[in-house]
Amino acid sequence: MVMTDGLDGLLARLESADRLDQLQDIVANLRDHYGVSHAIYHWVSADGQQYGCGTYSREWCIRYVVEDYLRVDPVVLGCFQRFHPVDWKALDWSSKAARTFLADAEAHGVGNQGFSVPVRGPGGQFALFSVSHACEDDEWMAFTEANQRDLILIAHYFNQQALQLARGRAPEPAKPLSPREGDALTFLAMGYGRGQVAEMLKISEHTLRAYIESARFKLGAMNTIHAVAKALADGRIVVGGARREAIGAWPGLDPADVEPDAKDKSARRATAAN
Amino acid sequence: MLRYIYSDELHTFPRLADTMFRDRAEQFATRLGWAVTVDDQGHERDAYDDLNPLYVIWQKTDGTHGGSMRFLPTTGRTMVNDHFVALTEGVEIRSPLIWECTRFCLARGAEARVAGALMVACGDIMRGFSLTHLVGVFDARMVRIYKRIGAEPDVLGSAGDGRDRVSVGLWSYAAANRDKVYARADLDPIVADAWFAAAFGRPVVAEERKCA
Repeated sequence: MVMTDGLDGLLARLESADRLDQLQDIVANLRDHYGVSHAIYHWVSADGQQYGCGTYSREWCIRYVVEDYLRVDPVVLGCFQRFHPVDWKALDWSSKAARTFLADAEAHGVGNQGFSVPVRGPGGQFALFSVSHACEDDEWMAFTEANQRDLILIAHYFNQQALQLARGRAPEPAKPLSPREGDALTFLAMGYGRGQVAEMLKISEHTLRAYIESARFKLGAMNTIHAVAKALADGRIVVGGARREAIGAWPGLDPADVEPDAKDKSARRATAAN
Repeated sequence: MLRYIYSDELHTFPRLADTMFRDRAEQFATRLGWAVTVDDQGHERDAYDDLNPLYVIWQKTDGTHGGSMRFLPTTGRTMVNDHFVALTEGVEIRSPLIWECTRFCLARGAEARVAGALMVACGDIMRGFSLTHLVGVFDARMVRIYKRIGAEPDVLGSAGDGRDRVSVGLWSYAAANRDKVYARADLDPIVADAWFAAAFGRPVVAEERKCA
């Protein structure tokens, strides 16, 4: 399996998607990125609403609905109400209905391997992000192990975006970073190492890592560098100064200097001084 | 042995489930005097038991509960984010790569190895599912126990005094002293891996990686 680069780019597109149909293109790009046969996002809400997008053939999607496979699909049944990622081999394929379903799925090019990340959303909403492929067990295990972490994050970001778009409303205000999360990202953005940042914040490196992890999820980022970049781009932290709501002073910086309209203000101050 | 059981599967282990909730009542209500709810069956249950958590349970040879803990993803409702944000400096800990671990319980008179075995399970869950951390709520007495096992959490904050003292802590896989934890659990990693594989249908890590 060959991976092209650009996961960060795909996530940026995911985040800026403003229509559900754009998710279809993104899920296809994710499939190409990982070089697997298919990538699928499927959600079921508590009241039975369904939404899905993915790279399965139109024939297979129609067949899935016509045959009412949702009732027998071991992936859906086995992942529902779970929160650990699941290799399809671990599921129960022993019933006759499941075996028939499997044969049909393979005949429709789903592949003999699969891996799903269950996502629990708000209010009983449930979603699955899956990748499937045709290959040997060893190869699949190596692939899923190498990519499990990223697939978990992608699944959650995908669900957040799908939920937001499906509700058909303006994006929710971004979740605020707590002061400690802001401090951590600010110091990282200033180029301090984790050890130094932990020391400055008087916490252990493990705690720092958990704070960064938490901030990263709020920012929808794949890694720490991405999280720092996004926090800067969103104006949640200001490098060379302090996080926006910081109490206290930095040498040579007026709190007003880090306001969005800092330029106007410093111009005004300059005028006043003259 | 170690069992990994989601709440909706507990009915297939009635004796194990019954004794777990009874032992929880005995630990949290009777011994610790926490303000927990014990129902008419003598079971200690709270709202988080209704969210289909994953339980990790040490099952004794007679089929009863020896010790257990409860896991939930921090992307949903958790005890730490609902009630203990004051102890985490206001940080709501939420990440698909961090799970919450609560209700660490040991049956009265449990063998010394049980606490260790549960910490082995914590390590396997973190490793197997690519988690960076577990975050948990625990009482003062547990700090000593965790330390003895070799899996000391980073305490983020504590409140209360004496036996009412409650702490929020973080575990990372890297920070644990693995050899010590396995030794305390009197457990061969191969056996623990097999229990994990039996529950989840997959090894903790792929074979090639183990040799590397």
